[in-house]
Amino acid sequence: MRLAHGLKAAFKEYASAALILMGFLVAWQLVCDWTEVPVWLLPSPSRIFVETWKLRAVLPQHILATLWAVLGGFFLALATAVPLAIAVVYSPLLRRVTYPPLLMLQSVPKVAMAPLLLIWIGYGVSARMIIAATVAFFPIVINTATGLEAADAELLDLTRSLGASRLKVFWKVRLPWALPYLFSSLKVAITLAVIGAVVAEFVGADKGLGYLILTSAGSMQTALMFGALVLLSLLGIICFYAVVWIEKLLCPWYLSVRDPADGR
Amino acid sequence: MARQLSKRYGTRAGPDMLALSGVDIEVAHDEFVTLVGPSGCGKSTLLKLFGGVIRPSEGVLSFDGRPLEQPSRNIGMVFQRPVLLPWRSVLGNILFPVEMLGYRVADYRDEAKRLIELVGLAGFERARPDELSGGMQQRVSICRALVYDPKILLMDEPFAALDAMTREELGVELLDIWTKRKKTIVFVTHSIPEAVLLADRVVVMTPRPGRIVREITVRLPRPRSLAMEFTPEFKEHVETIRALIYAGPRGRS
Repeated sequence: MRLAHGLKAAFKEYASAALILMGFLVAWQLVCDWTEVPVWLLPSPSRIFVETWKLRAVLPQHILATLWAVLGGFFLALATAVPLAIAVVYSPLLRRVTYPPLLMLQSVPKVAMAPLLLIWIGYGVSARMIIAATVAFFPIVINTATGLEAADAELLDLTRSLGASRLKVFWKVRLPWALPYLFSSLKVAITLAVIGAVVAEFVGADKGLGYLILTSAGSMQTALMFGALVLLSLLGIICFYAVVWIEKLLCPWYLSVRDPADGR
Repeated sequence: MARQLSKRYGTRAGPDMLALSGVDIEVAHDEFVTLVGPSGCGKSTLLKLFGGVIRPSEGVLSFDGRPLEQPSRNIGMVFQRPVLLPWRSVLGNILFPVEMLGYRVADYRDEAKRLIELVGLAGFERARPDELSGGMQQRVSICRALVYDPKILLMDEPFAALDAMTREELGVELLDIWTKRKKTIVFVTHSIPEAVLLADRVVVMTPRPGRIVREITVRLPRPRSLAMEFTPEFKEHVETIRALIYAGPRGRS
């Protein structure tokens, strides 16, 4: 009963979007079939599929290369940004020292820095991870720091009146309190990591979806370029929803507060 | 309990603000004292000093004749908002101070369950705060303050954020808890009738600087009930306190 209800709700939510997408694809196909649009300018959806399918033997390695760069960059950013945020929250000195250079670094376009980073680090997959990480890093630091300071002042008064150690307060109050803040930044960070990975692949790589886009553009294989774009956005969407799913697992209290359609 | 207590706050503009000035207050064992007064009279500051959340600028706090060691395990705190941990169940929230104090949680589980029953929340042990009403959340926060059996309960306008009916209901419930588990209670409120109904003694405070103008012993029999609010004695108490507060900080007392 509940499942049926859920399915119906999901259908209602997604059906209209799916219909619009289908209609769009059909219209696109028809325009390409009935007019003389050159293939290099706008290939039809069916042609994009056929051209992309031809490469099915090598596509997985391109997808995986990009996925590794994205995930590697994402986790690298997470692993460096969270400790930095904690340090900054607990040390005003560190905050004064690190925030200005951090802001300066953030205001430099990462795309412009990518070639320099590749010269420094080399052209391997780790370099692409690092570039993805630099793009994803900043929002995590800011949000986590904000979240760690967001714990209720009276609750902190209470822990003080009980003489709790700072470490205990950190683990049992501040950190869980910061989790929703952390996750809202992670949702931004994962999409930024995709951008960072593609930028790195544009600048210097021998595989990956970004590399595929670049090479197919160079040889006017527009259909393949579209195919790589579709795969790239699918990869981004899947990564994004993976983060959303983990958030649901780790912060059920937060999502149920925000989402009244949760069934209660 | 307190001698010549003062608290100064540094302000950004100009001289320090004196939040409390020369406050003397004595609270007996198992006494129910309410602090009443307008905003800015320092009643919450006084409570925070008792709770060891802030330190006095001058003066001493003592407990049983000895200087009050702070932070103290003899003190439980309840605030205007329930301030529960949103990710924890009712039971987990009530056991929270036990963890903060570094006691064994298992030793307090039974007491937590007894308290849940006492405030009428049996069956909600596993519920999360966002599944409870405001009144229920405040009941949880009262249990949280009681679970490690502190001798003193400090309550900072605990019912102010609740609707009038829940407020009266919880007031009566608190008196019931107080008779069942003997505690010294210091209770801050804006509401004069609430202050009179609950207290053995009402401490009236005025602002700028925060100080005590008078202490009034409430001569109403116990157990108290809401019906007493219509007795002449009750009205007389309320009138006296109202006159003191509206006479202003330098008023005749």
